[in-house]
Amino acid sequence: MTGKKQQGKRVLPGFGLTMGITVAMLSLLVLIPLASILAYSFRLSFDEFWELISRPNVRQAFLTSTGCAFLAALINCVFGLNLAWILVRYDFPGRRLMDAMIELPFALPTSVAGITLSRMYSDQGVLGQLLQKIGVKASYSKVGIVIAMVFIGIPFVVRALQPVLEKLPKSLEEASEMLGASRIYTFRRVILPELMPALLTGFGLALARGIGEYGSVIYISGNSEKAGTQVVSYVIMQKLNSGSVDYEGAAAIALVLLVVSFLLLFLVSVVQIAAGRRTKG
Amino acid sequence: MDTKQQNARRRGFIPGLLLTSGILFFFIMLVFPLGEVIYRSLKDGFAVYASAVTAKNTLSALKVTLIAMVSAVLVNTFFGLCASWLLTKFEFRGKQVLSALIDIPFSISPVIAGLAYIMTFGRMGWAAPFIDWLNELLGTDISFVFSVPGVVLATVFVTFPFVSRELIPVMQAQGSSEEEAAVMMGAKGFTVFRRVTFPHIRWALLYGVILCAARAFGEFGAVYAVSKARGKTFTLPLEIDALYMAGSAESITHAFAVSSLLVLLSIVILIVKQIVEYRGKREA
Amino acid sequence: MKKSFLKKWAVLGMAAVVLGGGLAGCGGNEAGGDSDAVALTNVSYDPTREFYTAYNQMFAEHYQKETGKAVEVTQSHGGSGSQARSVIEGNEADVVTLALAHDITLIEEAGLIEPGWLEEFEQNSAPYTSTIAFLVRKGNEKGISDWDDLVKKGVEVITPDPKSSGGACWNFLAAWYYSERKFDGDEAKMKEFVASLYDNVLVMDSGARGATTTFVENGQGDVLIAWENEALLALQEYPNEFELVTPSISIKAEPSVAVVDENADKNGTQEVAKEYLSFLYSQEAQRLAGENFYRPSDEAVLQEFGDVFDLNVEMCTIDDFGGWDQAYADFFADDTIFDEIYNQ
Repeated sequence: MTGKKQQGKRVLPGFGLTMGITVAMLSLLVLIPLASILAYSFRLSFDEFWELISRPNVRQAFLTSTGCAFLAALINCVFGLNLAWILVRYDFPGRRLMDAMIELPFALPTSVAGITLSRMYSDQGVLGQLLQKIGVKASYSKVGIVIAMVFIGIPFVVRALQPVLEKLPKSLEEASEMLGASRIYTFRRVILPELMPALLTGFGLALARGIGEYGSVIYISGNSEKAGTQVVSYVIMQKLNSGSVDYEGAAAIALVLLVVSFLLLFLVSVVQIAAGRRTKG
Repeated sequence: MDTKQQNARRRGFIPGLLLTSGILFFFIMLVFPLGEVIYRSLKDGFAVYASAVTAKNTLSALKVTLIAMVSAVLVNTFFGLCASWLLTKFEFRGKQVLSALIDIPFSISPVIAGLAYIMTFGRMGWAAPFIDWLNELLGTDISFVFSVPGVVLATVFVTFPFVSRELIPVMQAQGSSEEEAAVMMGAKGFTVFRRVTFPHIRWALLYGVILCAARAFGEFGAVYAVSKARGKTFTLPLEIDALYMAGSAESITHAFAVSSLLVLLSIVILIVKQIVEYRGKREA
Repeated sequence: MKKSFLKKWAVLGMAAVVLGGGLAGCGGNEAGGDSDAVALTNVSYDPTREFYTAYNQMFAEHYQKETGKAVEVTQSHGGSGSQARSVIEGNEADVVTLALAHDITLIEEAGLIEPGWLEEFEQNSAPYTSTIAFLVRKGNEKGISDWDDLVKKGVEVITPDPKSSGGACWNFLAAWYYSERKFDGDEAKMKEFVASLYDNVLVMDSGARGATTTFVENGQGDVLIAWENEALLALQEYPNEFELVTPSISIKAEPSVAVVDENADKNGTQEVAKEYLSFLYSQEAQRLAGENFYRPSDEAVLQEFGDVFDLNVEMCTIDDFGGWDQAYADFFADDTIFDEIYNQ
């Protein structure tokens, strides 16, 4: 297909077959449907497109979604690493049960999760009351959005880290400690670099999931344009469900959301490659 | 193996801190919401619970959920094996791009996924005339939106990269020298995969399948866009939403009861995982 | 290399078709159902769920008696706007029973419903109506009795987002009409009044059901601006927790019904669909609507429910705003009155 040099290297069979299957399925199931979004948004002229995208509520929604998702992904990295570490390294009663429950956010429908969380973190709920005592309003604010995004993103980080941690030989840290390195030094210089690629994968996935999230967020966010608590998915649904049924507008915002989340994932993979090089080098 | 060592390590200050903070986070973020679900599902007694989970609509939703989940796992496992073989065993131009494209569904809002299918296969979608033509030709009445195939497609979409994502790093780490040696010695393509590659990727594959399954049955947003008929094309998450939105205090209890079914389903999946894992370790 | 590659593509193409066929097969079985009953799909909006569950049974008995044929109705509920959209997108509804005429107009514009549907059934094709009322917490501590009280400082209001929910437009228009009467059409003052009302909105949910949940289940806010039927349902479901307050002036909310001609013709259900909707006007169905807190359009039946509904409230109709399409263009489209006052 391409250069002769590459063909010469192919000892293993199945290139054509797997290439065919991969490309065919990818096109049929993912690329062609997504192209429809592109097609719809191109029905707008560039000026209309720009006018729509630069509306204050749309811009604000993008800021809110990316900002909250970023924060939530960071929180998930810290606690995800923490959770994965104790699940893999320590033995304590209920460990298996804990392990099994990590996937819970996947199993609960996002709307039920959103409703449950909004209730728990409202000023009538147990956790909301606690937070209110330290002056934090959780439900119906950006804090609520972050909480919902942390909830839906946690399994991505834990499950990305677990297999890597399991493979990470303990002798590595033991050796480091025996050589007199402090625990923090060992963690920072020995363990963390090993985990970095997996951690970044988890971060990227949690981030991407958070940016596009709808069901769990809309019940806890309050959706106030003034307070800046509308997320991008909400604005898209507004376009679709309001009296005008504006497919072009919805597709245009969706397209920008696609580009933004794709760029962010790309950025994560660039960092990932750089981190990989540093470990090897 | 080295539980003693582990116990010894537990006595330190840092492990204690890690355990406390991890467990605290776990309780606040995961146990509390689950507790709320279970408490509210049993609030009105077991009889109400039983009638909720055995309602006709619930059973139909369970069936559709299982169909969608099994289809998603099959399709994506097949795809994941092909894609990861392609991406780890060969060098070709555009490999990075292809790898990035496969991950697209991860980065896509379920809202957009649903919209994309509607805009393609829906009544006003550009593929609609083609589907009509195909239906006429084959004498069938297939619809890819607002039907069970539509639900399956939407589920496949949101879980598309789950298996390949798990397989690629493992196969990359493994390299391809073993497979190449086997081929040199005259083994056939599929035999190489079965005998050489498969044993290495078994656990990663299982992880992928489990993640895929778990994500498949919990999907709400994308499926909601293409499924509107309760009792026919509703999945469990949609049924729960419908119950919750029905407005009566009783139906809200029912919604939580059905939610607990989903939780149960995920526990079943994880038990299966534990069993397979245990067997795998004994084999090794 | 290239040839075998192409060949594999062909094989794959076939595999995909087989896979598709397989999927369709299980879909086909699903759609087939298990009885010979006439199948009818009613796409409706959230709060009508209980009403239509009961009505479908009533109608099935009626139809069986009249024609000897069994009928099985599939229900579909959700936000009114998204339900209308689903029909446009291919959700094969035989009849639609939505929250506002505008949503049905959208389906008409997509070519699925023949023009003139609004006159097809009595009373603007609205077999039952409702109005906008206030739900307050027991004791009514903030002393809320009319729209004026909602703009007072410190009153927390819950109402859904009119830019996301069609039903929420009724809430806005009711407030607007009140201010029009109060300030005698002085638009600057009217805008100020409605703006200060929306300033008091604590949580703006995406739909009417979400707003009810926020107020009732999560305990947010002092007053919920809601459809009367929703408010009455909450009173029944949560006894001794809430009170209903009917404002002096409100709006007549007319949920409209229509046969989706294209689908009904295709499915051969035109006749049963028409019967399904006309039977909504029968005495027994009207009474059922009343029991489900919708105001029956039949005046005599409405009087029977005099103790449930406040029949003295003065109501404007959508015609005072020039019909739905006009109202939408004036108030809720981007950069019109709602955007203007909300973003002051």
